[in-house]
Amino acid sequence: MSSFTAKADTATFKERTDAALADRILKVAVERTAGTAETKRGIAVAAFPDFDAARDRAAAIKDHVVAHLGHYLEMFEANAVAAGAKVHWASTADEACKIVIDLCKAANAKSVARSKSMLGEEIGLPHALAEAGIGRVETDLAEHIIQLADERPSHIIWPAMHKTREQVSALFKAKHRSPHEEETIAAMAESARRQLRGEMLGADVGISGANFLIAYTGAICTVTNEGNAELSLVPPRVHIVTAGIEKIVPSMPHAVHMLRMLARSATGAALTQYTTFYTGPKRPGDRDGPEEMHIVLVDNGRTKMREEGLAEMLRCIRCGACMNHCVVFRQIGGHAYGGTYPGPMGSVLTPVFDGLPQSRDLAHACTLNGKCQEVCPVRIPLPTLLKGWREKSWREGLEPTSMRVGLGVWAWVASRPALYRFGTGIAVRAMRLLGRKGWIDRLPLAGGWTQYRDMPRPAAQTFMAQYNKERRK
Amino acid sequence: MTRNVALFVTCLVDVMRPRIGFAAIRALEAAGCDVVVPQGQTCCGQPALNSGDRDHAAALAKQTIEALEPYEAIVVPSGSCAGTIRCHYPEIFEHDAAWLPRAQAVAGKTWEVMAYLDQVCGWKPEGVTVDAKATYHDSCSGLRELGIKAQPRRLLKNIDGLTFAPLQGEETCCGFGGTFCVKYPAISNAIVGEKADAIDATGADLLLAGDLGCLMNMAGKLNRKGSKVRAFHAIELIAGMGDGPAIGEEA
Repeated sequence: MSSFTAKADTATFKERTDAALADRILKVAVERTAGTAETKRGIAVAAFPDFDAARDRAAAIKDHVVAHLGHYLEMFEANAVAAGAKVHWASTADEACKIVIDLCKAANAKSVARSKSMLGEEIGLPHALAEAGIGRVETDLAEHIIQLADERPSHIIWPAMHKTREQVSALFKAKHRSPHEEETIAAMAESARRQLRGEMLGADVGISGANFLIAYTGAICTVTNEGNAELSLVPPRVHIVTAGIEKIVPSMPHAVHMLRMLARSATGAALTQYTTFYTGPKRPGDRDGPEEMHIVLVDNGRTKMREEGLAEMLRCIRCGACMNHCVVFRQIGGHAYGGTYPGPMGSVLTPVFDGLPQSRDLAHACTLNGKCQEVCPVRIPLPTLLKGWREKSWREGLEPTSMRVGLGVWAWVASRPALYRFGTGIAVRAMRLLGRKGWIDRLPLAGGWTQYRDMPRPAAQTFMAQYNKERRK
Repeated sequence: MTRNVALFVTCLVDVMRPRIGFAAIRALEAAGCDVVVPQGQTCCGQPALNSGDRDHAAALAKQTIEALEPYEAIVVPSGSCAGTIRCHYPEIFEHDAAWLPRAQAVAGKTWEVMAYLDQVCGWKPEGVTVDAKATYHDSCSGLRELGIKAQPRRLLKNIDGLTFAPLQGEETCCGFGGTFCVKYPAISNAIVGEKADAIDATGADLLLAGDLGCLMNMAGKLNRKGSKVRAFHAIELIAGMGDGPAIGEEA
């Protein structure tokens, strides 16, 4: 099992996008959050001295560690072990889940407190915990909403982005023990706090992801705005970290540089409210902290990505800027993408996890406008990587026959200029027959166009015909 | 000094709106260029390239390189097609020792027409009057691949009587995306619907841009929703041809 599957995944991409486009509340919800994020990021980036140079440095840091992954991972392991943590290696999602479940069972865990982690979603951890009969409390407010609603995250930073606060209010009233009465955000947050605090503190195991792994110190870093990571990872007896191997940075200064880029690109903040570095479990004399700390380093296709032309994607720090600025994401939201990760970065990653035949639409459902690359804090050439998937799809014969034949015939004619002139002359005359008063409102073979917009009627003759006639005079 | 330039017409201008090509010639000649239209040209191959069909893209790129390489400069009335030649031809022939230098040579002398007039010729329109309020959409490939932003505005500023209304989200994609708009028409429609609303909200008489694909998409949506905004390629106004029919108007 590669990713946490929900009912929606059985529909086709077209069915999912049609449903999303018809959902006007979804549009309101996505626009509120992504629009705010876009504005705030713009302000934060403008206020940062030479953000472009900072992006170059961030990309260079990631490229360096991705090129020397083995070196830094071994250094991380040695330092984490020296700090008292145990390091586990998982090459697949299933292996990673099995390690976590076995650790939970060894700790005799009845319930785990989980701090939001996209890697956990990627490897299907919520599902694996449920199958093992282990209770799970999601401690991030948005993940708590998702858990109550029995849905999947629709954004990597704001998992419940697809819900309006009005919908969340109704959900809390239906599911919370003592829900809010006043319709304010503060009252709703208080309701969630009443619901969650006891469950959080009563958990046997705390599970988190990691935003960064620091090779020189063996520390892992989490960022949150709610303090839920600290509250769910420090009190339990056991802390389990699941992290992708590309999360490594050499040192603290590198981590701090990446944090600057991450927070600004994600929310426009200078830093998240809580940024915590965890180095090993509780030491003798420490007043609190877990007795055991386990770090599960997960490959799940990452070394293969490095070998197969997707190394640049391993720079990704999961900030969400690409999707916040994507015209397609802003229309369809995250669930329509059908994978763990939505938006441009998700469209590059999902074929790695779910296979290209299941996800070939994603690379095509992109206008190649380049905005995602423009805002990416680590300069991932997302449009180029998406075109790479299009080429693979073409090579492997996954493209529809109509497309292959149509493009083949067009290219054959376009490679013969004289024949092409003849063909375009006929095409222009045929199109003119279909038009009235300058516009064509129904055009065969371009129904997708004329279903929603008119096509201008072409001039009586092509440029080449007119130009060559003029010249002969 | 006379500049010998080749006009790469682009397949869309050739078939859908020839007057953009004639406007480009007129402006280039006014700027002192000697303009040739090489007969071996058809399409730059972008539809194949963006569909993942590398072989056909390479075949059309070779044909285009052969047609264009004899000239001092190649000028294109489209940021998207100029971007394909300038940025993507060298990528296509990355591992082809024979064609890479030729692709790089052609790439290095290919210009979007307004960038060429402004940056290379240092030219500006004189004696052109258009009494209208215009709004400008920055087409994505020109903007992000070629850095075309100030050049068309500098040229348009010299047109007498033309005033400007800023377009909210002027750098936001219009939803055209080449074959994207027919492969995913519902998504494309949602995007261009918002773009058309933003254009209407400016209160402008004219919509200007530098790429016919985007212009057809936006003008076609504006017409379907009953808007009165008229759409032109910016080079048409710059060349003094703004008094002719807008996109979708009969000559």
